Amino acid sequence: MPVSTLNGQPAWAHRTGKARLALWAGWLGLVALFVFCWEVMTENTIWDFVRDAPQQAADIGSRMVPPAWSYMDRLWWPLWDTLNIATLGTLMGIIIAIPVAFLAAQNTTPSYYIARPIALFIIVASRSINSLIWALLLVSIIGPGVMAGIVAIGLRSIGFVAKLLYEAIEEIEETQVEAVTATGASGAQVINYAIVPQILPAFAGISVFRWDINIRESTILGLVGAGGIGLQLQASLNVLAWSQVTMIFIVILATVVVSEWVSAKVRHAII
Amino acid sequence: MLRIEGLSKTYRTGDKALTDVSFEVPAGQVVGLIGPSGAGKSTLIRCINRLVEPSAGAVHLRDLNVTGLSRSALRQARRRIGMIFQEYALVERLTVMENVLSGRLGYVPFWRSFLRRYPGEDVAKAFQLLERVGLTEHADKRADALSGGQRQRVGIARALEQDPELLLVDEPTASLDPKTSRQIMRLILEICQERNLPAIINIHDGIRAQSFTQRIIGLQAGVVVFDGPPAELDDKVLTRIYGEEDWTAMRRGASEDDEEDAREREERLAGLV
Repeated sequence: MPVSTLNGQPAWAHRTGKARLALWAGWLGLVALFVFCWEVMTENTIWDFVRDAPQQAADIGSRMVPPAWSYMDRLWWPLWDTLNIATLGTLMGIIIAIPVAFLAAQNTTPSYYIARPIALFIIVASRSINSLIWALLLVSIIGPGVMAGIVAIGLRSIGFVAKLLYEAIEEIEETQVEAVTATGASGAQVINYAIVPQILPAFAGISVFRWDINIRESTILGLVGAGGIGLQLQASLNVLAWSQVTMIFIVILATVVVSEWVSAKVRHAII
Repeated sequence: MLRIEGLSKTYRTGDKALTDVSFEVPAGQVVGLIGPSGAGKSTLIRCINRLVEPSAGAVHLRDLNVTGLSRSALRQARRRIGMIFQEYALVERLTVMENVLSGRLGYVPFWRSFLRRYPGEDVAKAFQLLERVGLTEHADKRADALSGGQRQRVGIARALEQDPELLLVDEPTASLDPKTSRQIMRLILEICQERNLPAIINIHDGIRAQSFTQRIIGLQAGVVVFDGPPAELDDKVLTRIYGEEDWTAMRRGASEDDEEDAREREERLAGLV
């Protein structure tokens, strides 16, 4: 108990003596664990390689500048592909995520014991697999190209959007639903009048946020052959054309900055 | 008009909210439903339009047994019962007009409500009601831009847009200041008189209820302990409903409020002349 008696006066401390001791022991254990893990981690490190890391970095760095500005001519098209993969993939994810979210939310699901677990499973399955892995699978199923990228981004987005959306649905104010129900509205009308207006700001925010993430994810999908600027990146890396790699980095950075700016603007406008 | 027989409600948690409640409301009567918090007032009026499913008993609206209805028939019954809520329960992000028109949801098909293409007479009625509650110039504003009193006026207009045969009113003034409360209460009563509309008004303040209803029903722990004209609501009955209180002092406070109310009205009239 933090409250005790000292010289006949009530005294208060944030933690008792025992709790303080336990806290110290906990921190000590954590430090010991860290030291142990460090030992295990560096067991296989070849320190000679680490020692000349600065020289290696400086060497690659010097080859990376100046960027191959002229290479830009060949980047416009892959960049366009990348934006398309992100946007169409997000769109696909959203379209599938909306019904899944309504099935998963406790207050809108038509059946608590059948539809809800299925919807939750779809969400978990989609979220647990990275879009790069989805892309690897899809490249071998539907072949390399932009299509595989779009579907990979879409599949990964379902879980993200559906999860955040169903949490938003569960947080709505029930009295508004009650009031619309009391007018004699049908189920679809209740969703349209009482639920949709309440989740619309969250929905817009989630969608734009996911689009923003997808722009970043779609830049690397090309590494496994799923189209976009990553394809170009891999080609340049393979031939050790470091100045081209720099150029691609600059393009990716600029794209991400622009997409963040756009999504911040859109979210600000809606909420 | 409305007949309730042996209504009981036991929640899944085992709490008994209502026990064997029976009464009748004739056409045009305004009933004040009083009782302390947790007496089952809200549950009772929600059992009438089955927002809460009663455990036992029957609710008859004219000759219609509301408790026995299927889903679609229940929707048709609900549109005949207007409801006004404690915290207004407007859809905050829709406009005032959309909120009022949502009173027609039980009458129009989904596509009309989805595209907001309501029949002309519905829109005309909505304008009329907004004028009646004094909000004509706010029709295009979003509901969350209004003050508490204005929101409750929208709530009233929404309930009337249904063309109800019965009004259920759940603590309409609980979240308003005293002056606005009196205005809202007066508005509800005037409207009931104009349309000869029966109403059940939940109100925890028994003494206030006494001054404006034609009949009082007192609930205590889910049981009806008083049912009669307001004049018979003496200190003994009040104590039975609420427990021991200094009722004389409470009455004095209420009558001071009424005097202030009367003064306000006179001032308003004087202003008009």
